[in-house]
Formats: sequence, structure tokens, C-alpha cells
Amino acid sequence: MKQIFQRPKYLKKTPFHYCPGCGHSIIHRLIAEVLEELDIGDIAVGVPPAGCAVLAYDYLDVDMGEAAHGRSPAVATGIKRTLPDRIVFSYQGDGDIAAIGTAETIHSANRGENITVIFVNNGCYGMTGGQMAPTTILEQETTTTPGGRSAAHHGHPIDLSEMIAITHGSVYIERTSVHSVKHILGTKKALKKAFNCQMEGRGFSMVEILSPCPTNWKLSPIDSFRRIEKEITKAYPLKVIKDLTIGEK
Amino acid sequence: MRGTHVIAETAIRAGCRFYAGYPITPQNELAEYMSGAMLKTDEGTFIQAESEIAAVNMVIGASMAGARAMTSSSSPGISLKQEGISFLAAQELPAVIVNAMRGGPGLGNIAPTQGDYFQATRGGGHGDYRTIVLAPAKGQELADLTIKAFDYADHYRSPVIILIDGMMGQMMEPVLLPEPLQLSDLPFKDWILDGARRRPSRIIRSLILDPALEEEHNWKLYRKYENISRELQIAETYQTDDARLVVVAYGTAARIAKGAIKRVREIGLKVGLLRPLTLWPFPVKAMEEASRFVKEFLVYEMSTGQMVEDIRLALKHRSEVHFHGRPGGIVSTPDEIAKIITSLYYRRGLEEEPG
Repeated sequence: MKQIFQRPKYLKKTPFHYCPGCGHSIIHRLIAEVLEELDIGDIAVGVPPAGCAVLAYDYLDVDMGEAAHGRSPAVATGIKRTLPDRIVFSYQGDGDIAAIGTAETIHSANRGENITVIFVNNGCYGMTGGQMAPTTILEQETTTTPGGRSAAHHGHPIDLSEMIAITHGSVYIERTSVHSVKHILGTKKALKKAFNCQMEGRGFSMVEILSPCPTNWKLSPIDSFRRIEKEITKAYPLKVIKDLTIGEK
Repeated sequence: MRGTHVIAETAIRAGCRFYAGYPITPQNELAEYMSGAMLKTDEGTFIQAESEIAAVNMVIGASMAGARAMTSSSSPGISLKQEGISFLAAQELPAVIVNAMRGGPGLGNIAPTQGDYFQATRGGGHGDYRTIVLAPAKGQELADLTIKAFDYADHYRSPVIILIDGMMGQMMEPVLLPEPLQLSDLPFKDWILDGARRRPSRIIRSLILDPALEEEHNWKLYRKYENISRELQIAETYQTDDARLVVVAYGTAARIAKGAIKRVREIGLKVGLLRPLTLWPFPVKAMEEASRFVKEFLVYEMSTGQMVEDIRLALKHRSEVHFHGRPGGIVSTPDEIAKIITSLYYRRGLEEEPG
């Protein structure tokens, strides 16, 4: 009998702890698949964030070094500069990358650090109970925006990927989603391209992944997927934001 | 050679191959020297970071990857680095951090002080940890203690702080530099993150959600700190053999005190100096030894009095402890300290032969 589906080599045999319908487990699996397909799992070093995905090291079977909240790109910089032939990636949430760690993110990108950043955007602070994130869309209710986010009171949602794309050192930035099979496959393709970018020594690559947080959105997993399709992708259009990988590096 | 350059050049010779920093006076010459010196190495990295916070986190990454790594700053910048120092301690990562202390609190000024003693010796960041703190007082010691700082950091897997001030950083003194170490001679690290090739994957973490396991981790760190306290206390004594009064001071203050002691010895006062070179662990053994024969101590600090608390703890009321301090960037002259010593000496009746 031909085996057509199995646990990826770089995923540990630990059941995911994430809430039902959460995007993290899907994204973890995609990373493991990509590391295996590119044959870079045993030279990979990952940097998880503070937040739900800090426990990524319980699932991804590669070397992992934990960073303080928002500091992953700086830690990844230190690792990559010391070991330039290893594959270094950070895995960060929206609060981590676009609020407390904005400076580290922008400057790592601008220096053109040859690292890959995986930016999981679920529009809220998941682990702390669903507070407003910098990416929370207008009118979205969170525990700190009762009545919904208002531009006048809370400020606008931030388009971090577009900001990063402006920096001279960024090479490949794409926004994807995991709310349907089609989009999951698209995300995998983007991750592969981002890691390829690093393997070719081109510079800073980042994939922003729209991801559901059913628990804090107070929606069922299915309704969360529908919300991404109907509302979130309007605020954060799925597209290749920057791609300098065509041609010679 | 300028003090900051001595530290930087010695660090390179000790095998430091990663430096990240952010401009702040009075230690900019250290980063400037590193920017050129790293270029001359095959594999060295210098990064002028976007912030003090980013700099210390880059050092964390480099340390995870196995490099001998260093950052430097001055008081307000060191405050910003405290989050990273707490993580270095928790994750048991070696790193060397230089603090050229300046006047404070707040922005203060750039003049030499010793106001960061508490911050350095009590941990500084959050959580139950300590950092090794070295206090050089002269050019040659800047070199000697920088080498030791990297060795201690690797040996104990702990951040090590070198505490200086702008005066020591700027002063030019003749120094014998150590021979450069070969990177291949540095101790092998079996815990670094370099990719899980032909070995199980590794995790360097500080999140320990189970309180029972976090307690275990805290006790493990505590036992390490107990070992360091036993093995690493360093102090120097000067003319303490016949002393009736011993001045305790470190760093720049100790140099001033030494000058003062030479002056009062000339008029026959029996005064000595005890100079801690490790501020943590505090040289309790040297203090206890001195207190067997000396009943009067004068602590001189360029602060309102911080180390004096450790001295009182070490002496356990066996001797009298007096204090003289000048905070805010005031650098006393040896004459000023000599007057303080003389006045105290006669006030306490130390000129009389013990009956």
C-alpha cells in the first residue's frame, strides 16, 4: 500500500495544545513540511515569540531559541551573523512584530538581514485574552476596544508588511492566509519561496499569514474562516507585496 | 592606550567575535574601536544596533549560536538592557556587558560615578538572579579582567558585567595586552543552537509554566550562584597589615583613596585599603579577615552609599563602618579624602596605642 500522508519529519509527536480552529497548528505543520522538502531542517534555528506560539518548540523538531517579546528579529540577527550558513527564522504574532517589536523588525529588514520572518496576524493578543492588537481592524470588538476599534480613539490598524516592503533590505514580502485549503497551499508556497530566498542569500524575507483566533473572536472555527474571507482580507489584501527575487541576486 | 580601547582590543584577543552596541557617552570609543577591529577578523561581526534593547538581544542570539559576544553602554543604556540581561541569566547564556557608569538617576550627566552598584550587583532586571560584576581600577586590570570576564561567562554560563566609569574609559595608561587566543582553543560548548544535525534538537528557553519546574530552575541557578560566591571573590589589600583604619573602595574611588592613604601614611597614620575587584560575589572573606584586626572601616563611594550595605552585611557589626560619598559625578581629590581620613582617625582616637 502506498503511504500518501504522514507526520512531517520536523514535527514532534506532541499533540497541539492550541484552541480548536486556531491557525498556529496549520502553520507549524507547513513550516515542518517546507523545512523537510528543502532539506534544511537540520541546519535550521528558529526563534519563537512571546504569546501562544512561544510553545512552537514543543512541536517543531529543530533547534529553537526563545526571545523576549518583540525581540526575535534581533536574536535571529545575532544567530545568523554568527552562523551565516544556517537557516534562521523567527515566528511572531502581530503584537510581537508590529507593536513592541516594531523597531527590531524594521531595522532587521532595513539591514537586509538574511533571515525569514513568519508573521502570524490574527488581529488580537491571543494569549493574554484577546486585547486590541496593532492589526485589529476598525470596528472589531476586543477586550480593550468595547464597542469596537475606532480610528479616533484607538488609532488605525497598521499595515506592517507594506511598511517593511519600503525598506531597502527587504527582498520578498507576501501576505497569505490559512482559512481554506487553497490558501493553506498558497501559504506553503510562500513559505517555501521565503526560505529559498534565504538559502540563496538574497536578504530579508517575510510571510504575513492571516490566521483565525476563534476563541478571542468569539466565533466558531467555520465562522472564523468566513470572517477572514469576508472582512479581514478586505483590510489586509492577500498579495505579493514585494518580490525582488527575479533575476540575479 | 585608552581604557575603552584596552577593553575592546582585549575582547578581540579573548576571542570575542560579536559586538553590538548603541551610541551613548562616555563609552563611544569602545564601539568605535570594535567597528574597525571586527573588520580585521575573519568571522567577526560589529553591528550598530537600532537600540540598546536590540543590541543586547543580538548578543543573546550570538551567544545562543556559540560566539563570545559583548555589548557596552552607560547607565541609562544599561537600564534598557536589563530585560536582556535577565534573559541571559535565565537562559544561562554567556555574555560580557560593559557599563561606563555616569551621573544619574535619569539622564544625569556624563561624569564618573558609582551609582549603578545596586543595579549591577542585585540583578538589575526582573527575577531571582545575579550577575558576576568585575570592578577594574587601572589600565592593566581592564585587560586582565576583560579576559577573565569572557572566561567566567563561558565557565559559569552567565552574563558578566565590567563596571567602569568615563574616567577609566578615557584615561590612557601603558598596558601589556594578552596574546590573541585561537578560536579553536576556546572551550567547546555542547549546548549551542547550530542546527540539529546528527543530534536531537535543542531548545534554549526561559518560559517554564509549571511552578514546580520553575522553582527547580531557580534553585539550580541559586546553586550556581553559591558556587560562584565560593570560588570567585577577589579583593586586593594595600598596607592593611598594621592598619587601625581600613578604607574600602573600588574602581576610580579606590585609586583616589590610595592616593589619600599615601598622604596620611606620610604623617604617620596607620591606614590601609581594601579594594574589591569582584562586587558580586562580594569579597566577604577578605572583609571578615580584615575585621579580625581592624575595628574601624571607612567606605568611600562615588554615590550616596550602596556598597556600604554589603560591607555592613559582611562585618555583622563586628567593626564600626563609616561612610563618605560624593554622588552626581563629583570626583574627589586625594587631598579631600585624606582630610576625611585624618579627621575620622583622630575623632575615633586611633592615634593612641591600643591598651
